[in-house]
Amino acid sequence: MTDANTNGIGRLEAELRAGPTIDGAVGDLLETFVRHAAERGIADVVFATTPSPVGEITIAATVEGVVAVGWDTDRLLAKLAVALSPRVLEDRSRLDDARRQMAEYFDGTRLSFDLPIDWSLTTGFRRGVLQELATVPFGTIVTYKDLAERVHSPKAARAVGSAMAANPLPLVVPCHRVLQSGGALGNYGGGDGPPTKAWLLRHEGVDLSGRGSTSF
Amino acid sequence: MNLPPFEAVLRDNALDVRRYLVAGVGPQEADDCFQDVMLSALNAYPALRDATNLRGWLFTIAYRKTIDVHRRGARRRVLVAAAAAEPEVPVAHPSPPDDELWVAVRELPPKQRAAVLHRFLHDLPYREIAAIIGCSEAAARQNVRAGLAALREVYQR
Repeated sequence: MTDANTNGIGRLEAELRAGPTIDGAVGDLLETFVRHAAERGIADVVFATTPSPVGEITIAATVEGVVAVGWDTDRLLAKLAVALSPRVLEDRSRLDDARRQMAEYFDGTRLSFDLPIDWSLTTGFRRGVLQELATVPFGTIVTYKDLAERVHSPKAARAVGSAMAANPLPLVVPCHRVLQSGGALGNYGGGDGPPTKAWLLRHEGVDLSGRGSTSF
Repeated sequence: MNLPPFEAVLRDNALDVRRYLVAGVGPQEADDCFQDVMLSALNAYPALRDATNLRGWLFTIAYRKTIDVHRRGARRRVLVAAAAAEPEVPVAHPSPPDDELWVAVRELPPKQRAAVLHRFLHDLPYREIAAIIGCSEAAARQNVRAGLAALREVYQR
């Protein structure tokens, strides 16, 4: 009797542990959830990833527009959760347009991005520099010094450099088009660093022969 | 308070919350209840003061929502019974057949139901179960025991 009883309990517990039968993928539920969240205005930051020749890229947006672009998804999302809102959700459909434009840029069929931008992750001087940089066209290069002059602070090349380093919108705001005054490639924070910068410039048809990747 | 992105909370817990809801309120109610739980959680998330047990926090919300579902179900059953008493009104559709064990689980009192599910579906320690259903650790243990005893009776019929 004890044996039968123990087996009965064992079977009951095993079935409880196994759980009920579940139909349908959780992915569908999550898609519906993100839609509901957006309708209620509580999807503060949405993101999606997209493949590219220089590695997977994450694009994040608020209701204002694209707010951040980056390579390291987890790090980027953690940063956005602190800087903007912890209500960070994946929403591929809301980023359809941005993902498509990104793919076109890498195909070479798009020379400039036409996306609403949320500049809220950058302020003051740095925002001014980045907004000026956003007007530098595909396939052209400027130096840190040029850019400093263009924002009427000719002596601020170094500060321009740090504005580049803090660019929350690489690719869309083309910090890869900024080189050092001596002609060296300079640094790059995205992807694999300077090799990614070189790849992007070659992709845009810039001749990099004779340029080193380090500063003089 | 540095909260992780809500996406990470979803990624880590969506499957477990869903399993808990299918077990606790049944497959027909589970999807809507899932939306209800997650929207409440997302809404409250930025004001959360303690990120050390996000899973327990989600399950506490899920516990309350399952109680709501059962309460609505009970009200509906009263209405259906009243309607059935009227010969003109057609009787509501019967639910599709469901596994006897899970039907029995859904018939447990709320605390026993939640305690049994968290104990066996998620292997939660009694301390965490107690926090979710709002009772002492000893009471959580007692709820699991009483729930199992009730299920055993149904199960051995």
